[in-house]
Amino acid sequence: MFYQLLETLLLTARDVVPIAVILFGFQLGVLKRPIPNWRKVALGFVYVIIGLTFFLVGLELALFPIGESMANQLTTPEFLHPDGSLTPFIWQDYLWVYIFAAAIGFSTTIAEPSLIAVAIKANEVSGGTIGIQGLRISVAIGVAFGISLGCFRIVVGDPIHYYIMGGYIIVVIQTFYAPKMIIPLAYDSGGVTTSTVTVPLVAALGLGLATNVEGRNPLIDGFGLIAFASLFPIISVMAYAQIVEYISKRKAAAKQQEEHTDAL
Amino acid sequence: MSAVLKLLTSMFSSFKDLVPIILVVGFFEIFILQQAPDHLGSILIGLMFIVLGLTFFVFGLEMGLFPIGESLAEALARKGSVFWLVIFSFSLGFGTTLAEPALTAVANEAAKVAAESGAIANDETSLDDYAMGLRLTVAISVGLAILLGVIRILKGWPIHYIIIGGYVLVMILTSFAPPSIIGIAYDSGGVTTSTITVPLVTALGVGLATVIKGRNPMLDGFGLIAFASLTPMIFVMVYGMIFL
Repeated sequence: MFYQLLETLLLTARDVVPIAVILFGFQLGVLKRPIPNWRKVALGFVYVIIGLTFFLVGLELALFPIGESMANQLTTPEFLHPDGSLTPFIWQDYLWVYIFAAAIGFSTTIAEPSLIAVAIKANEVSGGTIGIQGLRISVAIGVAFGISLGCFRIVVGDPIHYYIMGGYIIVVIQTFYAPKMIIPLAYDSGGVTTSTVTVPLVAALGLGLATNVEGRNPLIDGFGLIAFASLFPIISVMAYAQIVEYISKRKAAAKQQEEHTDAL
Repeated sequence: MSAVLKLLTSMFSSFKDLVPIILVVGFFEIFILQQAPDHLGSILIGLMFIVLGLTFFVFGLEMGLFPIGESLAEALARKGSVFWLVIFSFSLGFGTTLAEPALTAVANEAAKVAAESGAIANDETSLDDYAMGLRLTVAISVGLAILLGVIRILKGWPIHYIIIGGYVLVMILTSFAPPSIIGIAYDSGGVTTSTITVPLVTALGVGLATVIKGRNPMLDGFGLIAFASLTPMIFVMVYGMIFL
């Protein structure tokens, strides 16, 4: 383990060098300004490298094995057919896989700090029409549904691009009807939500499923869950904005109607 | 004393990221599967490493990378030199993506899977080459995405035409790319945009939209991440067409 830490430390240092060179280069070379409290900044970079090292080794030791072992345990024949029957497995047998996927997607997204920050910002910029909780819940539902559907796809072995293409078509249609203001935010919410901790776990889950479900090839079927998790929040966020708009329009219409009757 | 307190607080908030995963996995293991996860001992050590690593990582980001990155983005947006702004946007996207931990982890995993199924040779050099090739491809495409996004903010182009055009390109490439790269390519879009990239790139976008007259930060500031999730799909498929 010590050797692994040391090797990761060297690789991480190599990965962080470019961004350090870019930032210092622009600060000193283009803006021609000294770096404000550079000691602190340099120490910050050292912390980043140490932190990344532990994090990457931790992922290897914990999150990848958790994802794999969950995929493994949820697909053993004894768990799928507790009565010991030998009928071939159909996609309904994997119900707990879909539920697990949705639970992981929903819970990690709702707790995601960067999503909370984006939701607060969106609420400010939209003048309060976009609710913080509403946005968070709609993104979380999108991620949960996306990962769950992605697992279903791995189980049945359909080509991934049919699903993604279908999702894109829905996004394009919604883009023409959704309130203009929400569109860039909705497009961004897809990428923002899948955090550093969720991505490896979900990737391992998909690879584990593709390894354990008969007739699937990890290389072809194992990837794609993250793509699903990034696509469906776009749809659910636009849908949320459309519903909010529809309700407020109906309220306004009802109010107008009331005023009209009052006037009569 | 206050430094220790700060460290503990930030350790606690890193731990909070893991809580939903621990709860959901724990619930399934205890009530549904009634088993323990395999390798429980090393998983516990790994979880501790993750908490420790995230703490230092976020602490370091907030001390060094974020303040200097954000002030740079703002200063360059104000400076008004389009040339330097464009170079900076590309470098920022490229540099942050190379350092992105989720991408490193997933690229290594993808290399392992490719080697096990015989798509590439199963030795350490070809594994490293494949993983690094993937990461460089994604880093270049994120750099180009941020560059394109900044030009879009400067020119005020509507975002959805570019995105829809990108989708069409993804679909066309899908029919030519080898099946073994498609899943990874689609995933690479979502993987790239996390801890380091999102805050710095959002700062650049919102800063630009605020500085330029007649721009609404809501409409123009967001949207950079959307490009950064789209271009890697295109470039990784091209990478697969060339190297697999």
